[in-house]
Amino acid sequence: MTRIYSFHGGIHPPENKRQSLGAPIRQAPLPARLILPLQQHIGKAATPLVEVGDQVLKGQKIAEPTGHVSAAIHAPSSGIISYIGLQPVPHASGLESPCIVIETDGQEQWCELHPIENYRDLDKKELLKHIRDAGITGLGGAGFPTDIKLNLSKDHIVNTLIINAAECEPYITADDALMRERPNDILTGVEIIAHLLQPSKILIGIEDNKPNAIKALRDAIRERNLPIELVVVPTRYPSGGEKQLIQLLTSIEVPSGSIPADVGIVCQNVGTAAAIYRAVIHGEPLISRIVTLTGFALGHRQNYEALIGTPFSVLLEAADVDRSKMFRLVMGGPMMGISIEDDRIPLIKTTNCIIAATQEEMPPAPPAQPCIRCGMCEQVCPATLLPQQLYWFAKGREFEKARHHNLFDCIECGACAYVCPSNIPLVQHYRFAKSEIRNEEAEQLKAAQARERFEARQARLVREELEKEQRRKERAEAAAREQARKKAEADSVSSDTPDPEAELKKLKSAASIARTKLKKASEALKNAEEKGLDGTEKLKETVAQLEEKAAAAENAWQQATGAEQ
Amino acid sequence: MSLIHLSSPHVSKANATDRVMRLVLIATLPALIALTIFFGWGSLIQLLLACTSALAFEAVCLRMRKRPILFFLRDGSALVTAVLIALAIPPFAPWWVVVIGTFTAIVIAKHLYGGLGNNPFNPAMVAYALLLISFPAEMTQWNAPFVLIGDNWNVLASFTDSLVIIFSSINHGMIDAYTGATPLEVLKHRGGMTTEEVWRNDPVLSQGVFAWYGISAAWLMGGIFLIYRKVFTWHAPFAMITTLFVLSSLFYAGDPSNFADPFLHIGVGATMMCAFFIATDPVSGATSNKGKVIFGIGVGALIYIIRTWGSYPDAAAFAILLMNLSAPFIDHYTQPRSYGHARANRGIGGGK
Repeated sequence: MTRIYSFHGGIHPPENKRQSLGAPIRQAPLPARLILPLQQHIGKAATPLVEVGDQVLKGQKIAEPTGHVSAAIHAPSSGIISYIGLQPVPHASGLESPCIVIETDGQEQWCELHPIENYRDLDKKELLKHIRDAGITGLGGAGFPTDIKLNLSKDHIVNTLIINAAECEPYITADDALMRERPNDILTGVEIIAHLLQPSKILIGIEDNKPNAIKALRDAIRERNLPIELVVVPTRYPSGGEKQLIQLLTSIEVPSGSIPADVGIVCQNVGTAAAIYRAVIHGEPLISRIVTLTGFALGHRQNYEALIGTPFSVLLEAADVDRSKMFRLVMGGPMMGISIEDDRIPLIKTTNCIIAATQEEMPPAPPAQPCIRCGMCEQVCPATLLPQQLYWFAKGREFEKARHHNLFDCIECGACAYVCPSNIPLVQHYRFAKSEIRNEEAEQLKAAQARERFEARQARLVREELEKEQRRKERAEAAAREQARKKAEADSVSSDTPDPEAELKKLKSAASIARTKLKKASEALKNAEEKGLDGTEKLKETVAQLEEKAAAAENAWQQATGAEQ
Repeated sequence: MSLIHLSSPHVSKANATDRVMRLVLIATLPALIALTIFFGWGSLIQLLLACTSALAFEAVCLRMRKRPILFFLRDGSALVTAVLIALAIPPFAPWWVVVIGTFTAIVIAKHLYGGLGNNPFNPAMVAYALLLISFPAEMTQWNAPFVLIGDNWNVLASFTDSLVIIFSSINHGMIDAYTGATPLEVLKHRGGMTTEEVWRNDPVLSQGVFAWYGISAAWLMGGIFLIYRKVFTWHAPFAMITTLFVLSSLFYAGDPSNFADPFLHIGVGATMMCAFFIATDPVSGATSNKGKVIFGIGVGALIYIIRTWGSYPDAAAFAILLMNLSAPFIDHYTQPRSYGHARANRGIGGGK
């Protein structure tokens, strides 16, 4: 048995999970219109492959990944592309974002699928490409493109594969239902992941409040005799946070600013494992997911298998919503979810739960009282921060201090705000401080770049000036030489015997001028070197040139005198 | 249907500052009862007086600062301050002592610094220190516990007599019969006697010390209740009492005729009240667990030093105020090691 470790802090909010576990997973209705945001994942938005008016089939790729960190998007049902452009999407900002809209035809006509007969025989690159082509992203929360995480074994040694089945947020039961009903899908998915990563240990971390899911998984593992260890951890929010689960199962802390793979660990959600199974074994891309519809404004609180792109309103209707009672609509869990104002927004790959809460269920927060630094937040912070201090720094705009207190290690789990007796919206303060710091950094970067550009321009101007000077000198010298040659020619024509006396004088004065110049230049160089000024290189060059010239002049004079004598 | 946009988390624990303050008030009950049993009605009258005046001062300040009065009055912080002042001063001190005390605490130590949560010093201790320095006679006029005067509780002044003593400005002839020194004062002003001789000869120590032990036990009870209810952690009180105990043990072991024994140090005076109700004040104390331990050690050490070598018999207020001064500094150097960091950060940051 693997030892279970612990993480700092944590809370026990009311679970509210039972209300959505009364019935099995139900198929959500096919909506008349599917709205597919191009950005449902971390990374760059996908690039559309279709145009308005195109006929698409169920499972057909309609947008491809843009660059490395990105994910493809597929048509969840057959129909016609009716619109490509801005639509409201589920995002904390509440802003609109580019989407592809499909008018479904109700035929549910599949495109040709390419299941893989025996994935173990396939080249790993091919298998990864297949998973990438299926548009799979993490279904647990953040939505990171899965193929990138599975390709980590290339430059990391993966010791431990952790399958996250903790589902620690209250209300959400999507993973629980999946584990109860389709444990074998998950386990095959885990096998595929393990085939790709070749870990030495596979752990599934699950909270002890899901006895049925634990039993289903345990039976399936035993039946198939898989080298997978099911680790049951105590129910304590946020045990399902990636870093917290890693600490629970291995006692390892992921260093600040690193990814788990840096310490030899890869985490995948159970839903992601099931999606990989469907993509590889059945060839089906990620076009649907399990979502928990819950909250006391709904008549049927249960899990639904819904197509990606299904508008919330369709799902709410299917769950028999009482709109007069609905006070707050939350996507995700009550601790970290975002509140939604517009129920026309679509379900996306990361939507694990929709809570239609009544006012009694999620009342508006009472007005905040002053912080008395009671420290309850500190006792529950899973990142071992000092939330009370971070709050003062964020409020006082002392961002440098906030940073020094590791603001950026905050995972925004909301445990601090949950226990705060003064009802201070702490997480909001931290988000504000983080965004301010990021903006400040961007500004600084911009300023630094501008300065660099300016300095480069100044250097270029100086260089150009010097070059110009050099060219002018060269031209003058060339002209002088030419003149001298012409003169010499003319002299040789006019008289073969030039005035030797005058010539000699000229050469002598030229030599002495050259010497003086050289002396001045070397003095300047010495001076510059002593004071450590810039540009000594250039001066050195000049001195060397002058040395040559002086030597030449001296030579010429010497020779001339020699000839004379 | 209109939906609202709110930041996560969307649920919160039913938990409120006024609940915290209420628990603290409940936890002072044992001490109030003990004080009333041993010293008579004085403490109860002081308490009512302190609460009334504190609420009045708080309301006036809130009004002048244009803050919602009822909203802030309900948080109960003024009441906690008032109760602590009332239970710290001599039970039969004249009425204006406690009123000046609450004025200092609420107006000067709290609202002039920005109100609840912003005061760098513990308001009750600011008030106590000011009273002790300004009115030394009134502030050291403790009456003797009933065990020293007679056989039972009835020898103490009746409720009406108590009112007269507290509110009349005439010379307190009535209570002269009852006044006595506290154990710490007896020890401080023992002349050339050894500790043992004082113990044997002075009735305050030989017979009366259990009254003070009883009151300390009552404070301890309230404190343990608050730790159990997770109002504060054990760190500061434990560190403070341990430090005081260890220091006094060391000196007592070295020279028992000159130094008081450790049980006297933790059993009498303001030790227990200070450990559980003052050193745990989150606003003016250090904030991390490690910081609270250091804060507690500092308070314990200062109490011992001032009691033993200073000119005041007790020292809780001065020790707390001095450590309040150091709290921000302690905070900067006692950050916990955050998840994913090899070491804890030190210093204030920002200047690096």
